[in-house]
Amino acid sequence: MDRIMNALAALLTALVVPGAALLASLALFGAFVALVGVNPLEVYELMYRGAFGSWFSWQNTLTRAAPLILTALCTALPAQLGLVIIGGEGALVLGGLAAAATGVALDGAPVALVMGAMGLAGMAAGAALIGGVGALRHRRGVNETISSLLLTYIAIAVMNHMVEGPLKDPASLNKPSTAPLAEAYQIGPLPGMDVHWGLVLGVLCAVAAWVLMSRTVFGFAARMVGGNPRAARMAGLPVGRLLIVTTALAGAAAGLAGMVEVAAVHGRANAALVAGYGSTGVLVAFLARQNPLAVIPVAILFGGIGASGGLLQRRLGLPDASVLVFQGIIFVVLLASEAMQGRVRLFAPAPILPAAAKEA
Amino acid sequence: MDDGSLGWWGVPLAVLAGAIRISTPFLFVSLGECLTEKSGRINLGLEGTLVMGAMTAYAVSYGSGDPWLGVLAAGLAGTAFGALHASICGLERVNDIAVGIALMLLGTGLAFFLGKPFIQPQAPQLPAISFGWWSGSAQVRSALQVNALFLVGLALAPLLLWGLRNTRWGMVLRIVGESAEAARAMGYKINQVRLLATACGGFLAGVGGSFLSLHYPGSWNERLSSGQGITAVALVIFARWDPMLCVWASLLFGGASALGPALQSVGVTQGYYLFNAAPYVLTLAIMIATSSSRHRLAGAPAELSVTR
Repeated sequence: MDRIMNALAALLTALVVPGAALLASLALFGAFVALVGVNPLEVYELMYRGAFGSWFSWQNTLTRAAPLILTALCTALPAQLGLVIIGGEGALVLGGLAAAATGVALDGAPVALVMGAMGLAGMAAGAALIGGVGALRHRRGVNETISSLLLTYIAIAVMNHMVEGPLKDPASLNKPSTAPLAEAYQIGPLPGMDVHWGLVLGVLCAVAAWVLMSRTVFGFAARMVGGNPRAARMAGLPVGRLLIVTTALAGAAAGLAGMVEVAAVHGRANAALVAGYGSTGVLVAFLARQNPLAVIPVAILFGGIGASGGLLQRRLGLPDASVLVFQGIIFVVLLASEAMQGRVRLFAPAPILPAAAKEA
Repeated sequence: MDDGSLGWWGVPLAVLAGAIRISTPFLFVSLGECLTEKSGRINLGLEGTLVMGAMTAYAVSYGSGDPWLGVLAAGLAGTAFGALHASICGLERVNDIAVGIALMLLGTGLAFFLGKPFIQPQAPQLPAISFGWWSGSAQVRSALQVNALFLVGLALAPLLLWGLRNTRWGMVLRIVGESAEAARAMGYKINQVRLLATACGGFLAGVGGSFLSLHYPGSWNERLSSGQGITAVALVIFARWDPMLCVWASLLFGGASALGPALQSVGVTQGYYLFNAAPYVLTLAIMIATSSSRHRLAGAPAELSVTR
């Protein structure tokens, strides 16, 4: 009993600092909108309504959470090895492009085959991009944060080039895109709702990532590299292989997000893929303290913040960048709160003592 | 094309002109980042600072009618962001790279939010000095329209180099960047030194941003900067933390950025996006060529986490 209570207390304590950081960010954001002449209470109310206020907004939120889970994994997995990777956007874009190209090329083949090939193509593209970042880090000591961001810009340029050039659908005039996917190859909604199967895919990937990192020898070795690379090398761990495999898996997750976006939301690849899921995913991973399981609820929270953006725009005339400002505030406050981590003690740990001593 | 057209000769000329025209933001951001990194900290948030500087400069220039006031305001906005970065990094257990990413997001978000009303109007621009009066060709003349800010940046680099080498301030900064322990033992306040270095770096990055909106491209919109800030941060590593090398590296990157528009102006429209990605490809290639997994980079401040 005491052990369960202690575990519960530990969980609550772990939630206190990020929770307080969120509340503080909410207050700061409120002060910010008050400065530009908008009633903060109205903003809070609309944000809640747009994110979680109705079944409709819940569905919108969950649809946005699906890619966020996957892009967050792109940062959270390498973080176990001590790497800071922010190239999820690039992997998503490239994954979406590869999936769309595959789906169009295989038009007419059996559905299961095409869907599988699209998923694999998306994952392979993302894995090549972020795995490349890991390989560069290991082989040449290239800083992974900078290289992953540079590769994101390059990936977006490649996507723009392809959808306006070799892969352009001549019928897409205003918004250059690849040819649309056939209806049969699109990911459908979950039974009874408008949320697509990508959400399930995301949750499964997050759970698999958690199992890999905390329940397998591979994950143990990876976390050991993250804790002390020199010690890991001395212990004979294959640091390079761990690095490259983990970054490739991370990229595959974000690439899969691109495939899901193409097959479930847009139906084709175009510039709409560059929607900021990558940068938000970085924030989700940090707020989840790089824990793959914690990524799921945090991604839903940020899916909600994204979903409420439209309502803020329509009702209060706030710019669409309000969501970005709020996210930026959360990120900054969260990092500042790291300094408080481990200092807060909500409960004195229940001492395991003889009954007599307890009464005294 | 009009009379006096140079045809394909326009491409190297445009690249040269671009080297002068586009390099200015690279130059200012890299000089600022150089200063910050010398103190042993990296500020990746300069991408956000650049955008924020561009927006602030445009808004203030539009409001006041004086572009130089805009430049100053951009610098001050950058200073505020630099100070914010440094004060959060000064807390325990806070990673400077992560704070940089956060400020990238916040800076961009704030600039887009506050800059919404300034997308349409035209703000007064910074003056340019003509060095091409001797030439009969319009293209040569326009290529040699050099902005005053570029000249300021050029003058700043040797000044910074001299200051780092020969002044007491520069010495303290380098000690803090090389060994925080030693600096602490000598009685210097490490966080204060880094705060100053990061705030000054932010000032320069903000000024670099003002160039984007007040000279080239010369208007404010949300696509103004895409990665110039982060490219400039990488450029400092390439320039081995030497302000003079930052000048040459900036010129190189400016030239690479001009490649896409230059080719487009002579009718090469194929691969426009790919040519526009040239500076990123160049940055990455240089990083790969000059980094090493085995030994530290020559000239790297020992306290800098990014090169470990």
